Amino acid sequence: MTAPQSFYHTSSPAGLSGIRAWLLTHDHKRLGLMYLAAVFFWFVLAMVLGLLLRTELMGQGPTIMGPEVYNSMFTLHGVIMIFLFVIPAIPAIFGNFFLPIQLGTDDVFFPRLNLFSWYLFMLGGLFAIVALFAGDGFPDTGWTFYVPFSVEVDSNVGLTVSAAFILGMSSMLTGLNFVTTFHRMRDRSMGLMQIPLFTWSLYATAWVQILATPVISITFVLVMVERILGVGLFDPDKGGDPLLYQHLFWMYSHPAVYIMILPGMGVISEIIPVFSRKSIFGYKAIVWSSMGIAIAGSLVWAHHMYTSGMSDVSVFVFSLLTFLVAIPSAVKVFSWVATMYRGAIEMTPPLLLALIFIYLFTVGGLTGLVLGAVGTNIHVHDTHFVVSHFHFVMFGGTGFAFFAALHFWWPKMFGIMYRFKPAYIGASLTGIGFLFHYVPMLILGLQGMPRRYYDYLPQYETGNFLAGFGGYLLCLGIVIMFVNLLMSFRQQQPAGADPWGATTLEWSVPSPPPLHNFVAPPVVASFPYDFTTVVERAGKGGS
Amino acid sequence: MIAHKESGERIDPTGIKIGMWLFLYSEIILFGGLFVLYAAYFHRYSESFAAGGEELDRLIGAANTVVLLISSFTVAASITALRLHQRRRCICLLLFSLLCGVIFLVNKYFEWGAKFARDLYPGSETLVGGEPGLNIFFGLYYIITGLHGIHVLIGMVLLTVSLVWVVSGRATAERYSMLDNSGLYWHLVDLIWIFVFPLFYLVL
Repeated sequence: MTAPQSFYHTSSPAGLSGIRAWLLTHDHKRLGLMYLAAVFFWFVLAMVLGLLLRTELMGQGPTIMGPEVYNSMFTLHGVIMIFLFVIPAIPAIFGNFFLPIQLGTDDVFFPRLNLFSWYLFMLGGLFAIVALFAGDGFPDTGWTFYVPFSVEVDSNVGLTVSAAFILGMSSMLTGLNFVTTFHRMRDRSMGLMQIPLFTWSLYATAWVQILATPVISITFVLVMVERILGVGLFDPDKGGDPLLYQHLFWMYSHPAVYIMILPGMGVISEIIPVFSRKSIFGYKAIVWSSMGIAIAGSLVWAHHMYTSGMSDVSVFVFSLLTFLVAIPSAVKVFSWVATMYRGAIEMTPPLLLALIFIYLFTVGGLTGLVLGAVGTNIHVHDTHFVVSHFHFVMFGGTGFAFFAALHFWWPKMFGIMYRFKPAYIGASLTGIGFLFHYVPMLILGLQGMPRRYYDYLPQYETGNFLAGFGGYLLCLGIVIMFVNLLMSFRQQQPAGADPWGATTLEWSVPSPPPLHNFVAPPVVASFPYDFTTVVERAGKGGS
Repeated sequence: MIAHKESGERIDPTGIKIGMWLFLYSEIILFGGLFVLYAAYFHRYSESFAAGGEELDRLIGAANTVVLLISSFTVAASITALRLHQRRRCICLLLFSLLCGVIFLVNKYFEWGAKFARDLYPGSETLVGGEPGLNIFFGLYYIITGLHGIHVLIGMVLLTVSLVWVVSGRATAERYSMLDNSGLYWHLVDLIWIFVFPLFYLVL
């Protein structure tokens, strides 16, 4: 029997060639790679913007840009990172590529809808670009588009919120597709407790996407209506209440934080057991904690609004609920650590990145508790402490999970292996740079430096300079990682079906997988993380 | 947005329906955001809301409710008709449902027109200069009924596509997911109206 052709050589629908085979494809794997290309572009752009911002802040007073440009730039950085990188990165790229394979099937349930979601994603991106160059320039409202400023300002708020609306739609439809696939396309022999944890986390995420995204859609529609018609729903002069905007906004945007982090946690839950050669500790606890985070995380939105004049009762209730979310998150962290305990650990780049994730995510989680507690929150509200906290979670968490996923699944997606040494160097530099970048911000925040300010008092200069220095280190590390990955295309070192000794279904198929994913009908293991055979194989000297 | 596996051999109507229900769910949440606003402002301006309700034409509102309810029935009946191989009846019922949609929108047009004539629209002098609660009431009225009207239009487009499919023979007694899901969407439009009607027209 000849080796099956990979999906790169077979188009779906059949008979398409060249660029059409990509742009009209129904194949979830091609769509995953198309998302990868788009997301990569946005990530690099927003990273450069972030670096420019921190460069501006390295010295007091104007250095490389004026205050208006600065305001637009941090808005653009936020909008791109949130809506075009962190939310779509893991579900749309790795979820699309691996969810069907992990479930033992050949595609998602609605393949054409999947393609449609990609076009929505691109359209949203296009709107963002148009908003950048057309008319009065990009908004300087911050990514939160708070009223009344967002309703009154002349810049392209309308276009930008339309972009976010369309991107939300794309993310919601992807979630809908995943939930349906999960229920209807799963291999018949795969019970609920035999599903890999990455897929479980995507399932929990998909529910949050379906539940929460429409709220932001309607909120953005209202911003547009207010800009066009001036109804006054959020305008105190006309009887409206601006606080309600904040409620509606965070009703989505806080759950969105879990849309961002849950898939990352799923990635880590895959990587840790593989390189510990040991079954995941607390499989069911991890599954339930994913669902727990999805539910509890939907009920904590007003912790962004402690200082906005809510009643003390609401503040108390939301603070309590916020603390509850820490429990399922900690369950996961302890499970990962317990998985490694007495495991046969094999160091590889994805594992190193996963370890950095655990460390940074834990710091992010703990600083989150500082913010969730009302007393401390009021001290550090809207300071650099907050900026640092959410970058620890979003970047130290999701960002590093994204890098880890890239290194983990790269050989599967492209069938080639990258060099380890540069990957280690890049990952370590990124980690060290990260700490240099964000720890000073924690301290600056505690000292009282507000976020989103163009300039600051002299006592904050040292911290800001250090943070900028760390930012360059961080970006250097990322560039090394990316260049190393891209260099693997030149070296063309074949990877084999299962280079890591992993047990989930995607490693039982050739790299890269054939069009219908499976050469033979998949054999579903009674437990997805049983490493007995992997360890035996290694003991016999095979690999 | 209805999927057919390319091979065409594995069509799973249950799965398609799950997808549709999830989508409908997201639509409910979309309106849910507006209903949250309604609840918060009703709490604050209950008297103005009652005064605003007096301004609305209950007769047209009730007529529209009846029209939508009847159309929901005829859509459901058209699906049954198709499943019983009564294609002609199915087509007639769908045409009638579309007519109901048109009647609804025509009523809405006259209703809005009458409000505009009485200087009750976003940004009008009566509203901006008057009671803030009344301004909010009419603001929500226009946004919610407007968004609902858009959904009526989308529902009519879906029903028209289904009608074309039935006429052209693409939807059959065995494969009627498109019609089925358009019907579900139409029921959703109806359902939302069932909430909108008392909240605005019958509020006291």
